[in-house]
Amino acid sequence: MSVLINRTTRVLVQGITGYQGEFHTARMLEFGTQVVAGVTPGKGGQKAHRVPVFETVEEAVHETGATAACIFVPARGAKDAALEAISAGLDPVVIITEGVPVHDSLQVMEHARRSGVRVVGPNCPGVTSPGQCKIGIMPNHLFKPGPVGVVSRSGTLTYEIVAGLSGKGIGQSTAIGLGGDPVVGVSFTDALKMFHDDPETTAVVLIGEIGGSAEEDAARFLEDHRSKPVIGYIAGQTAPPGKRMGHAGAVISGGEGTAAAKVEALRRAGARVATLPGEVAGFVREVLR
Amino acid sequence: MKLHEFQAKELFAKYAIPIQKGTVIERLEQLDGLTLTYPLVLKAQVLVGGRGKAGGIKVAKSLSEAKQHARAILGMDIKGEKVKRLLVAEAAEIGAEYYLAFVVDRVARRLVAIASAAGGIDIEDVARQTPGKIARVAIDPFLGFQPFHGRVLGRNIRLSGTLLNDFVKISTTLYRLCVTEDAELAEINPLAVVGDRLLAVDAKVIIDDNAVFRHPDLPRNEELTELEHMARASGLSYVELDGDIAIIGNGAGLVMATLDIVAHFGGRPANFLDVGGGATEENMRRAVDIVARKSGVRALFVNIFGGITRCDDIARGITSSPPPMQMVVRLTGTNEDEGRRILKAAGIHVYVDPEEAAQQVVSLVRGRSM
Repeated sequence: MSVLINRTTRVLVQGITGYQGEFHTARMLEFGTQVVAGVTPGKGGQKAHRVPVFETVEEAVHETGATAACIFVPARGAKDAALEAISAGLDPVVIITEGVPVHDSLQVMEHARRSGVRVVGPNCPGVTSPGQCKIGIMPNHLFKPGPVGVVSRSGTLTYEIVAGLSGKGIGQSTAIGLGGDPVVGVSFTDALKMFHDDPETTAVVLIGEIGGSAEEDAARFLEDHRSKPVIGYIAGQTAPPGKRMGHAGAVISGGEGTAAAKVEALRRAGARVATLPGEVAGFVREVLR
Repeated sequence: MKLHEFQAKELFAKYAIPIQKGTVIERLEQLDGLTLTYPLVLKAQVLVGGRGKAGGIKVAKSLSEAKQHARAILGMDIKGEKVKRLLVAEAAEIGAEYYLAFVVDRVARRLVAIASAAGGIDIEDVARQTPGKIARVAIDPFLGFQPFHGRVLGRNIRLSGTLLNDFVKISTTLYRLCVTEDAELAEINPLAVVGDRLLAVDAKVIIDDNAVFRHPDLPRNEELTELEHMARASGLSYVELDGDIAIIGNGAGLVMATLDIVAHFGGRPANFLDVGGGATEENMRRAVDIVARKSGVRALFVNIFGGITRCDDIARGITSSPPPMQMVVRLTGTNEDEGRRILKAAGIHVYVDPEEAAQQVVSLVRGRSM
């Protein structure tokens, strides 16, 4: 099983004719994802990797029965693309685009909330359910089907940890990249809820980083729902306050968002938190025994 | 990007939010011939907080006193930041002090208006000690912040009459400024009673870095160091730190983790540099060039997990202009065999395990210092 996406998910790629959109559509198809439609305004009627391209999401959904969206549209157009996907009822809407202005994200999240649509991202690597479906840009070859749910705010660090799991023969049910922005859609808490409700997921890896309080919120959820073991890792233990560490959301401000506070909250909630990313796979193996 | 007070007040003036009459000076002589009425307040323009306690704010009753203060403040060091400019404004007779801000609330995923009758002091202290003194309104972005929101907020901090009217006008205007200028924070602290009107005595505005493309006229970002500017111009994400081991990696989370691993083994990172997803040979070459420019750097640690990024591109970026220092490279993922071959041909050993590589770079630096 998996969360958010599965083998029946029919993906529409917005910005499919751009460099990133076209490249990653090919990788998604190789993974086995049903990419059924693309949308690029002005390029309707074309094809990208044999996938038909439409002018609007509405037409694409009508013609192909797409159910989910993957957005590669550049930052200036990302809000419009996301609002269009949400309005068409696609779910989830995965926004890969980096650099989306925060006021744009606020509108996207409000529209999604009212429409009951789950947005993943922006500034995220996407969602991968090994053997079933991949939306986004995570490298195909790292994954292996299995019982571990992975949820993270970062891209490459997730790949590093997933590779560590697969290397030890531990597969994943779904890996979710939440995105590195201060305002994102699906949160750690949302992801934990989904993993807790998924019968095939038996353990969860939570990869957090400095900034905000999403990890602390997740810890509060864990205190009430300790049914599945959680292994954590928090990046940025040595990051100085006030500095944005690459991700727009990775900043300690006014004493809030430190790695120490997040580690402490997760440990108090019963999670086992690794000091080094290389320890995570070993900890997971222990809890799966 | 954080604006200086004078830059934030230029925005306030543009939106007709009431501020004191004033001007900005960089040199002492500019005090001559000002058309402002004494007493004047002289305020150091720095981006760090706590300038008042550091002696960066003074009142002058005469030109000679103003010059004396300006001489002391210009060039002063406040928490590592050198004072280059002074805001000179007509001093106001301040009564009650309020607080007003619009800020992005990450958890609520909304812009939130915050007001308090306990203005003039650090709002985080107020929030900790007397949370009841803070009023909040979470804003629906499609509805906006309407005058009635301003009235509700103003009544919650016990304003009435002319002051309430002023508050409604100022808060709705500040909201418009926040959205139009893409601010992630727009704060007035204190919003003070002067005579029987409200006046923005201080101003703090932080513009969303992601929205800079919509505002081509923004001033230069003074929070960044020269190297941070250079990195940004090359599309790299770079943060200067105070250690001696330069760090390059791909992906913000991985680079943060790399800093942690190096520190765990007793090393001190000199910087954070993220070459980004899908880094090219050229990105990598520039990254090496930038981290090598910082003085006091004694070794370089490159930690790459190839996904979209190809290890052979990274290897070529390193070997095309090798850094003038010792180097440890950890490389794994897409095209790693080719990457390893290129680096081996250049005499560079490649690690697969990041912890082993981190220990090696730390011992290199330690070995030299012994």
